[in-house]
Amino acid sequence: MASLGELERAVMDLLWAGQGAATANTLRDLLAQDSAATDGIAGHQGKDLAVTTVLTVLSRLEKKGLVERERGTRPHRYQAVSSRADHTADLMHEALGSAPDREAVLARFIGSVSESEAATLRKLLGKN
Amino acid sequence: MFWTSYFLAVLALVLAWPVPVLLSRAEWPARAPFMAMVLWQAIALAGGLSMIGAMLVYGLEPIGDNLIAGVRALTGIVLHNEPTTALGFWHLFALSAAALLGAHLVFTLLLTYVKIERQRRRHRELLMLLASPSDDGPGTVVINHDSPVAYCLPGGARSVTVLSDGLMAALEPDELRAVLIHENAHLSQRHDLLLWAFAAWRQALPWFPTTRLAQVAVNSLIEMLADDAALRTESKVTLIKAIAIVASGSARPAEAALPGSRAAGMASEDRNMSGTGGADSPRTTASRVSRLLSPKPPLPSGLRAVVLAASALLLAVPTGLLIVPGLLG
Repeated sequence: MASLGELERAVMDLLWAGQGAATANTLRDLLAQDSAATDGIAGHQGKDLAVTTVLTVLSRLEKKGLVERERGTRPHRYQAVSSRADHTADLMHEALGSAPDREAVLARFIGSVSESEAATLRKLLGKN
Repeated sequence: MFWTSYFLAVLALVLAWPVPVLLSRAEWPARAPFMAMVLWQAIALAGGLSMIGAMLVYGLEPIGDNLIAGVRALTGIVLHNEPTTALGFWHLFALSAAALLGAHLVFTLLLTYVKIERQRRRHRELLMLLASPSDDGPGTVVINHDSPVAYCLPGGARSVTVLSDGLMAALEPDELRAVLIHENAHLSQRHDLLLWAFAAWRQALPWFPTTRLAQVAVNSLIEMLADDAALRTESKVTLIKAIAIVASGSARPAEAALPGSRAAGMASEDRNMSGTGGADSPRTTASRVSRLLSPKPPLPSGLRAVVLAASALLLAVPTGLLIVPGLLG
């Protein structure tokens, strides 16, 4: 089956692109449409994509803190916790931040640069 | 036996303070980063070994002529309730301290690993949702972000190199290639293991000068090693340009705000503080660039051999002192 990771991505794309909350049924239909149109990510499953699979994906995303369920409605409606841009900003903050305990998590091409150092480098760039 | 513990204690002290201070000020590591990396690892391992060894040997002194006999006698005391009268207060204190320090080091190493892995997994999960695959290879993704950013997230087969749209727009193809080779060198040379070990070392003993200096040095040495990998196929000018573009671009947010506005001043102050706070000090980039601009010849092979021999000796001496007397006796 198409990996859950790919489905998570497809579901998040739909939630980020769409307006507000959607039910698992709506999402399943949209995913089936997508795969019919582009023969894309969910293509392996095509129309057979089960609502339960979508629910599994949604609960995984919920556990990761990416989507939230509206309380009190049946069937449950899901929406993205924050926008794609906000998540990207968080991610970049994490990648560029210089908290000592994060040093070992990833290796940046350029570490933190002081303003004076950046000015020197810009001067250098002008010369080249 | 008695002089062994004193010798190990002196070795531990020397490796905890004067040696790392001298090594961190030396210039030759830029000329032989790999050798310097080996030496730092030897210093850390020999330092830890002689610290624990000194306490162990001192504590076991009354009950064994050497470490192995001492451990055997101690096992007898612990398991068979043999009398402990031979051990004075300070001996028991030293033994407990050795056990605690050993456990502390191992535990911190594991804890750091778990913490790093958790953050990496979370980061990778978000990348899977936010970034799109790039044409530059299977492990490369592009994220929609305006400033030039490049980094790699190690994780064995799931390692990812992340580039931003801003970076792709700012760099020429050969400069981008230099960045990719640099990041791939981090992954293929397993620099994540070094980052992990030295982060744990610092976390475990934060008040030791050696642990901070070692982490700063290692962070800077892996950048040099990755730069050297990029220089094997790309020109020096290309790499310098790539570094300059990414560095000047990543400092832009503080500069973009108009001078005179309070917020701008605070933002840049904040940036400078965060820049000096981490182990990845701003000097890393400066030393990288100056190393590329005015290259010094690589260390002659004779001196390389000396560094290698010193590293081997550092490991052999405490190990030998701890084990050999037991094997001979």
